[in-house]
Amino acid sequence: MDAKDLRRTPLYEEHKEAGARLVDFAGWEMPVQYAGIKAEHEAVRTRAGLFDVSHMGEAVFLGPDAEAAVQRLVTRDVSRLETGQAGYAAVCYESGGTVDDVLVYRRQDDFLIVVNAANRDKDLAHFRENVSDLDVEVADESDDWALLALQGPDAEGILQRFTEADLSKIRYYRFVDGEVDGVPAIISRTGYTGEDGFEVFIRPDDAPGLWRKLVGSGAEPVGLGARDTLRLEAGMCLYGNELDADTTPLDAGISFAVHLDKELRFIGQGALLLEDAEGLRKKLVGFEIEGRGIARHGHTVTDGAEIVGQVTSGTLSPTLGRAIGLALVEPEVEDRFTVVIRDRPVPAIAVPLPFYKRDRK
Amino acid sequence: MSVPQDLRYTKSHEWVRTEDGVATVGITDHAQEELGDVVFVELPESGATFEAGDSFGVVESVKAVSDLYTPVGGEVVEINSTLEDAPEKVNEDPYGEGWIIKLRISGEGDLLSATDYEKVLEEEE
Repeated sequence: MDAKDLRRTPLYEEHKEAGARLVDFAGWEMPVQYAGIKAEHEAVRTRAGLFDVSHMGEAVFLGPDAEAAVQRLVTRDVSRLETGQAGYAAVCYESGGTVDDVLVYRRQDDFLIVVNAANRDKDLAHFRENVSDLDVEVADESDDWALLALQGPDAEGILQRFTEADLSKIRYYRFVDGEVDGVPAIISRTGYTGEDGFEVFIRPDDAPGLWRKLVGSGAEPVGLGARDTLRLEAGMCLYGNELDADTTPLDAGISFAVHLDKELRFIGQGALLLEDAEGLRKKLVGFEIEGRGIARHGHTVTDGAEIVGQVTSGTLSPTLGRAIGLALVEPEVEDRFTVVIRDRPVPAIAVPLPFYKRDRK
Repeated sequence: MSVPQDLRYTKSHEWVRTEDGVATVGITDHAQEELGDVVFVELPESGATFEAGDSFGVVESVKAVSDLYTPVGGEVVEINSTLEDAPEKVNEDPYGEGWIIKLRISGEGDLLSATDYEKVLEEEE
């Protein structure tokens, strides 16, 4: 794809001005880093980092059957969400394989589902195809929203300067409609970093102004490079790595987002119930490399003799200073295994997830 | 972007300094800048032999893995083992303390002058 064919978010000029290195991410020209991945990672862990995630998609379900439609499409029981609450969920095929992992926001009159940028078109087609018999409108509002994520221990203090909403009252995975910097916004206490923080949905035209003010108040711009190391330390899945059409949410260890007992059936429920009864086909493990080297996506996992799995994500953890990774392995794999790094077998040991957990106040 | 005039270069962004039949090899300032924070360098064993253009190791940043290609053929006579604990030297001093290996030269590949390497960089812009 030529650079000129890449899509740009409303914050493209801000990224260029900040000296970002821009790369093609899922057809979008996105900042992978500004000051450097390690420095940006540390900014989020110790202060506050600001991400442009406007490339993510937003689908809105409106109408009498909106709840029934969302119930059919996602693994979480959204009837248990209160207005103003968000929930992490998977979207599955009938096979149980994963279409996408999403956040479902229950609003007063509709449901908002935030989807991965790379899956926008696929998801919208899947949504519409599977609820065409219901009285619901599925609107693609992806281009109507810019999305900024402000993450880190200083996030609340910085954002509070620009809003009259009492941020201390917004609990984890809750959101409010309000104003930020005098413009309409949805303020959500969510994120993908393992830190406290907020995601702010605002209109595209309002995004550059808010971005500049947040940066002017000490938030440090963070690119997709550190977004990946932060989410990996926090043990969070990335679609395309831990999750794909051949991997169920149970395989990938996100059963907390799957309500198998949901009364209104969801697509893939039968397959997941069967897998739950018969035992997992594979399992996601977190590991640390014990020898020298860094495991990466696609590296093979062996038990010393046979191939028993694949590394789905791996990096040198900036916070821990150790090589960490996630792997999808056969269910019987034990705590010690081998990762083949460029033809060289290196010992690895399974560790509990997440790799990093923040100290809660 | 620093391109010292007394070194020779490859299109794959390695530099080489030759002295008394021994070549010191590293990656250029441009290469380290493109990679970002270097967190791991995989070095060959001393005594290993390579042809010019062979991959002799790997340098990894947080995000990217990049092969290293030797600009000259020969036997590895010394490796910069300080990089095992301090890979960031590749970023901090790519033409000095960030050198990677030394080889006793048995054959030369296609090497670029500093001027020609600067042209390569311009074309990449």
